[in-house]
Amino acid sequence: MTTLALSSAALNPAALASDWPGNFWLHWAVFSVLILAFVLGVVIIFVWLERRFMARMQARIGPNRTGPFGLLQSLADALKLMLKEDIVPDSADHALHWLAPIIALVPVLSVFVVIPFADGAALADLNIGILYVIAIGSVASMGIITAGWASNNKYSLLGAMRDIAAIVSYEIPLAMAVLGVVIIAGSLSLSAIVDAQSSVPLIFFQPLGFLLFFIAACAEINRSPFDLLEADSELTAGFHTEYSGMKFALFFLAEYGESLVVSAVVATIFLGGWRGPVLPPWLWFLGKVFAVFLFMVWVRTTMPRVRIDQLMALAWKFLFPLALINLLVTAIEVLIWPNGLPWPVIFLNIAIFLAVIPIFSRLFKLGWGRVEVPALR
Amino acid sequence: MDGGELKFQRYGRGIVQGMAVTIRYLFRHPVTTQYPEQRLTTSRRLRGNELVWTEARCTGCSTCAKACPQGAILIVTAPAGDKLSVEKYEVDTGYCIQCGLCVEACPYEAIRMGYSYERAKYRRGELVQRDDMLAASEARPASGYMYPDEAAKLPAQTLLVDRDDKD
Repeated sequence: MTTLALSSAALNPAALASDWPGNFWLHWAVFSVLILAFVLGVVIIFVWLERRFMARMQARIGPNRTGPFGLLQSLADALKLMLKEDIVPDSADHALHWLAPIIALVPVLSVFVVIPFADGAALADLNIGILYVIAIGSVASMGIITAGWASNNKYSLLGAMRDIAAIVSYEIPLAMAVLGVVIIAGSLSLSAIVDAQSSVPLIFFQPLGFLLFFIAACAEINRSPFDLLEADSELTAGFHTEYSGMKFALFFLAEYGESLVVSAVVATIFLGGWRGPVLPPWLWFLGKVFAVFLFMVWVRTTMPRVRIDQLMALAWKFLFPLALINLLVTAIEVLIWPNGLPWPVIFLNIAIFLAVIPIFSRLFKLGWGRVEVPALR
Repeated sequence: MDGGELKFQRYGRGIVQGMAVTIRYLFRHPVTTQYPEQRLTTSRRLRGNELVWTEARCTGCSTCAKACPQGAILIVTAPAGDKLSVEKYEVDTGYCIQCGLCVEACPYEAIRMGYSYERAKYRRGELVQRDDMLAASEARPASGYMYPDEAAKLPAQTLLVDRDDKD
């Protein structure tokens, strides 16, 4: 009984909407089911959307045979994966091989605990919400390295090691980009961050922060063009080479669930979350999530995969200094206008954004794996 | 980088250009042909499956059989006065590589390449075709290969499905 009381206290029950019927545990049960249904449902739609949009951007049609417009394609894939034989290699570390997909999936679901779907409609409004998102979000990589290790396969391990390299490097610009938002909003709680965007979405105050967060988040969740941990031309399938059947399906689910996490977090902290005129809040939130995801699909269709040295160089030579600059500029602005930024700051920040990117692109001349020797004079 | 000059580059112009290309393609019509429902008109000079043989023109000279690199054509003739009568003309289309050499070799325009391309069979024995089965018909028209005048009568080749009959 003490643990129950403890956990409900830790989850800040005061943050519940006052008109919520029943007690904390009813709230917990309803929202847990809702979140599970939301993640599974949206992931199925995401897979379909991504395939259709990528196909159309490549002048193809995409899946269009299963159901109207191919809408049932993801369900058919899921069914196929469930019926497939589950193969575990003889030399694999069996326990970890079983555990890895679960370790990868659970953090993805856990992140949605703090995402507000509408005003106060979150499982728990943690006062350290965004910190929780960053902390839990990177645990999913543990599942990937567990899978890479347990498979006892050189390709799996190489893929997993690339993922760790990416995580270690991109966590820093990611967190720093979030810091800018936190400074402006004055709170780590996601609800408070949404409240801070009641007039203007923070993307206008933080254009540079948005770019950094988006790039770093795409790299964290290993989305194309940073999907080199499963670069099929080099590593067969990377960490999930030795996975089949339902365990592979869980990894697949985790992968698209991570895309959903990034879409939801970007929508919440940069695009104003559930806020918007006329339409109901949950629809605004969903619309923003889908918009961000379609942007990610657009990026994926366009960009070729980066090399590992390019990945590291982009993190340390480009994103990291820009994240520092963004943090400094935001901090100074908040120091000058402590009672909320006036709207002309938007133009200042966009000007800084447009100035800083070309300058750093220029400084970011060497590297990219090419040896560029200046000519002797 | 030529000459080691610092150029103003890599500030994202290429990325923006690439994104513009992909978004333009999003609103373009897909080029996919959904094959069983939608068909393209093939080349008028297609070397399609299944030879088309006209018995009336054949003199039984066996030039086609000699020209065939696969030995797919079997022709049995018997003397009939000062000519030959064809007793058996058999093509094993399973051996045929659609090279068209028999069509080019025939001095009497008796053998033509087929115009059809969906000629899969359920039994291997059905691949061996003889005599009447080789005649031109509605189901197995002759292609214009080697015969430009005939080719001109066939419909022009299409590379894309017409946009009007798409969804």
